[in-house]
Amino acid sequence: MNSPKIDIKPFGKHSLLIEWPNEVSELILEKILQFQTFLNSEALKEMDWELVPAYNSLLILNRKKEIDFEKMSVDIHNWYANLKESVKPDRFLWRLPVTYDLEFGLDLEDVAGQLNKTKREIIDLHTGSTYTVYGIGFLPGFMYLGGINSELELPRKAIPRPKVIKGAVGVAGKQAGIYPQESPGGWNIIGNCPVPIFDASKDNPCFVSVGDKVEFFEISKAEHELHKIEVEVGIYKPEKIKLDA
Amino acid sequence: MLKVLKAGFYTTIQDSGRFGLRDKGVPVSGIMDDMSVFKINSLLENKASAAVLEITMTGPTLIFEEDTYMVIGGAEMSATLNNLPIKNYKVYQIAVGDILSFGKLEKGFRSYLGVKEGFSVKEVLGSRSFYKPLTKFARLIDNDIVPFNAQQLFEPKISEIKVDCFLDVDVLEVTKGPEFDILNDRQLEEIFSKTFTVAHENNRMAYQLTETITPHAISMLTSATLPGTVQLTPAGKLIVLMKDGQTTGGYPRVIQLTDRSICILAQKKGGDRISIKLV
Repeated sequence: MNSPKIDIKPFGKHSLLIEWPNEVSELILEKILQFQTFLNSEALKEMDWELVPAYNSLLILNRKKEIDFEKMSVDIHNWYANLKESVKPDRFLWRLPVTYDLEFGLDLEDVAGQLNKTKREIIDLHTGSTYTVYGIGFLPGFMYLGGINSELELPRKAIPRPKVIKGAVGVAGKQAGIYPQESPGGWNIIGNCPVPIFDASKDNPCFVSVGDKVEFFEISKAEHELHKIEVEVGIYKPEKIKLDA
Repeated sequence: MLKVLKAGFYTTIQDSGRFGLRDKGVPVSGIMDDMSVFKINSLLENKASAAVLEITMTGPTLIFEEDTYMVIGGAEMSATLNNLPIKNYKVYQIAVGDILSFGKLEKGFRSYLGVKEGFSVKEVLGSRSFYKPLTKFARLIDNDIVPFNAQQLFEPKISEIKVDCFLDVDVLEVTKGPEFDILNDRQLEEIFSKTFTVAHENNRMAYQLTETITPHAISMLTSATLPGTVQLTPAGKLIVLMKDGQTTGGYPRVIQLTDRSICILAQKKGGDRISIKLV
């Protein structure tokens, strides 16, 4: 693929931001991740660099040194121009269980009403898409999931809830997501996922990375309870499929 | 260890922060005013990453249950040791049963307490900094116990420093943020000539400024943010992200505070006045 053009912008003394064209696109995200993989493994290997991808941008941060913006910009343009197509990050598809039981799917009936569909149709639309993780932010482990079926698009709630429980599965606009912890939240909550997306006790606290894909499948409330117990005793492993293999 | 008799308004444990997890949505957290803590840990000959108590607005009452050496610094909060006034940036030897308390807030907003070798609460993802829900608690409460290693033998090379006080500084120095170029002449004039009031909506996540500037209708995709990033909302409000601030945001990041200015702002409270200068 032809490399989309990049812009490099200063962002404080310790970081800079690389920006790709301002659109939500799989091709752009792939290019960002390819470049991030190259930077991580070759150009910026030392410990003090952090890279944060999201949608059409990649933050490059050095927490110890001030960056020479002009020099680094030249390097980045050179690296990017010579980026090999063979550089590929490992990417995974995660299949995550969701109960749409009304005890958890607080807005499911309301969403169905607003979209003039049945609850069954809403669940089928939600489980029928493969979502792309375009960014992780807002809360530790909160995934910005793109790829929602356009028939399931509806605005955020007019009044956010002061408290949304951990695992709440929501939709808002063109996005889907899971609240990784209890938080205030304005998304329409249609179910709950028993798999913790973020676990601070683990060395890798968040199994998902930007660029991964997510699919949801329906489970009953009883299975949800069972999975919660399996998670607590540490035997539940979310289903993981390697992509581009 | 240290026992918390009264917790004060908002007292937490902080160190230099949590690194390498911004791409998973984890803020850096850590000390809000690094400049003050650098001096404290230097006097105690601690590592720069040694954990301290961060004390906001109204201080706690604390009893030491082990011998150590301590230094306080940052805001001036009329601190006393066994009811006798003590100074910022001076090493004090502490014996079992000594009581440290804080009184009226005289200057600044956040005070710090360091002990020899730092507080040894458990690390979560490489840092001792409180950040709920990564850590079990958001702040210390009455009767909490904060562990540290007892120290009887320490001869500080320097036992006291006279501090060039930045608590009175009210100019925040900034560099351009990624969306600096969206600002029109009028907005630039407003940001750099107005005096702003620090809003009462301020905490470890973000500081809001009360006065607004001309609104805008620019929409952008969610992208990375940093401590010190100033976001401009469509309504013209300026929000300064601080150490517990979220790692991504969707509002234009118009300017970026320097590291020093993050410390300066961290010592401001609701109602204080500041101005912004491009460097």
